[in-house]
Amino acid sequence: MGERPAWWQTLYSPWYNALLTLAAGAAVLAGGRAAIAWAVRWARWDVLWPNLRLLLVGTYPPDQVWRVQACVAGLALLAAATAAVRWLEARRGRPPWAERARLALGVAWVLSLPVVVGLLSGVRTSLWGGLLVTLLLAVGGIALSFPLGVLLALGRRSAWPVVRLLSTLYIEVVRGVPLVTVLFMAQILLPIFLPEVRLDRLLRALAGITAFSAAYLAEAVRGGLQGVPLGQYEAAHALGLSGAQVLRLVVLPQALRAVLPAVAGQFISLLKDTSLVAIMGIQDLLGVARSVLANPRWLGRQAEVYVFVGLVYWALTYSLSAASRRLEQRGAAGRG
Amino acid sequence: MLLAVLALLAAAAYANMQRGLRALGLELGFDFLRVEAGFDIAEGPAYSPGDTYARAFWVGVVNTLRVTAVGLVGATVVGVVVGVTRLSSNWLVRSLAAVYVEVVRNVPLLLQLLFWYGAVFLQLPPVRQSITWLGVIHVTQRGIYLPRLVWQDGRPLWEVPVLQGFNFRGGVHLSPEFAALVLGLVIYTGAFIAEVVRGAVQSVPRGQWEAAEALGLGHLQTLRLVVVPQALRIIVPPLTNQYLNLAKNSSLAVAIGFPDLFSVGHTILNQTGQSIPVFVMIMATYLSMSLVTSALMNLYNRRVRLVER
Repeated sequence: MGERPAWWQTLYSPWYNALLTLAAGAAVLAGGRAAIAWAVRWARWDVLWPNLRLLLVGTYPPDQVWRVQACVAGLALLAAATAAVRWLEARRGRPPWAERARLALGVAWVLSLPVVVGLLSGVRTSLWGGLLVTLLLAVGGIALSFPLGVLLALGRRSAWPVVRLLSTLYIEVVRGVPLVTVLFMAQILLPIFLPEVRLDRLLRALAGITAFSAAYLAEAVRGGLQGVPLGQYEAAHALGLSGAQVLRLVVLPQALRAVLPAVAGQFISLLKDTSLVAIMGIQDLLGVARSVLANPRWLGRQAEVYVFVGLVYWALTYSLSAASRRLEQRGAAGRG
Repeated sequence: MLLAVLALLAAAAYANMQRGLRALGLELGFDFLRVEAGFDIAEGPAYSPGDTYARAFWVGVVNTLRVTAVGLVGATVVGVVVGVTRLSSNWLVRSLAAVYVEVVRNVPLLLQLLFWYGAVFLQLPPVRQSITWLGVIHVTQRGIYLPRLVWQDGRPLWEVPVLQGFNFRGGVHLSPEFAALVLGLVIYTGAFIAEVVRGAVQSVPRGQWEAAEALGLGHLQTLRLVVVPQALRIIVPPLTNQYLNLAKNSSLAVAIGFPDLFSVGHTILNQTGQSIPVFVMIMATYLSMSLVTSALMNLYNRRVRLVER
């Protein structure tokens, strides 16, 4: 008999670990058995299938769903193209066309969001729902709050006292109140302050999410800015770079790389936080789940529906955090 | 120049607000606070629908503080236990803690609250078939009934809940809304605190353990005298953040019908239409709660931080 692996040995030595293993093992067995018994015998999963369409796209009209499908197909194509270019680059070692291909892909990715929104807009936004809305709010929130957060972080370190004061005030106030208050403010107060502009409900929710997340991102980015040594600014200035160039070419790349984990963590929070729009009556993934449960036909299926929705959220956030870990490793490799 | 632009923007916003308010037929002011509220609040300090809006708001504030206080204690206990468990040498125990943290942190809190409320607490048996532990704790559809310590003739005495008619009398009653909210907040925030604790303990250099052992200190002594004081220094700032998050997240009570500060404020807003004053009140209350918590934790931080020559 060979040597047992180290992790296996920890299960019985020293002596108290054997007791812990027994207790934990009993808990796992009991819990696992109960969970499996529930999932197989008691849970009535028939609630999911008839409502799957609602959970995915909400009340998006069936004859218009091709718009959603086109968006998904287009994005999948774009992702495949990106992966193909990467793979070819890795095999052939930067052929001459790589630079242009990269640029084209970058432009395509940046344009994809407005194109997707434009394509989907063939249907009133009040009919959008489900996972579609959750993803749009998350991607839109990330795309909008990131630049705003960087601006706020720079503003908090600005040489102008007024800008510094206002940025600090904004960041501290927003971080001091719950997201629901910000979301409700966006729903109720925006129409009061902008009586002429009729902003869409979904857009107001997006504005609230963006305004909230930007304050947290600003604090994350500020940490990175503080970590850039003064000598870097001085060296860049000595090379004759302008203020904006110093930021764009020297300071921000270093600062953002340093805070990548914190920023990714904020994006993950944002994704989870989009679920709060359900309180505002917007039919995102969680909102649709609640509507389904409000239907008397599906009475008492809370556990089934919430477990399913939880799995979807978990898969989304987990893949985001896996992606951020990969990016981090690549960044570390680039420095090495 | 910049100042002028900002002043112009502020003036434009103000003018817009005036126009917007006029369009809705509203006037700014806090006079509405003296008006009779007329809606009922399910739990909290003494209150009746005949009381004023100000009193109703106060009930909401107290309810938020109740949830936050209980939640803070519970989340700290869960967080410390799970954080230490994640560092256990036992593979099974360590993995269990890791699974808990990874599952709970990656699912939205609102979903978890709805799950605890809708799928657990509302599905419990009715009062007459209550689940009873030790004969004194009753878990039912209408909430949890616990024994309460009371003073009678100068002596402490346990007051036990007893079934009388259709309900339990005596003891402490936790409504399903309160219980679900606190449970959800404790489980969610506990996972985050566990990560804070784990990171802090791991950041204490191995040499510190070895040095303490070399000095002849036992395992517990090493923990108490060497590791915990150093870990506390690192723990306090991120722990403060988690405490603040818990306080702010308690506003999700509105989704399960617990009458907290935000939920009562929202009802007042719907009834009076005084959106701006009510929002100012809600935000000012949360802000001052955040400020007081940070101030207290900073005070504590000053006591535990490294004092250098």
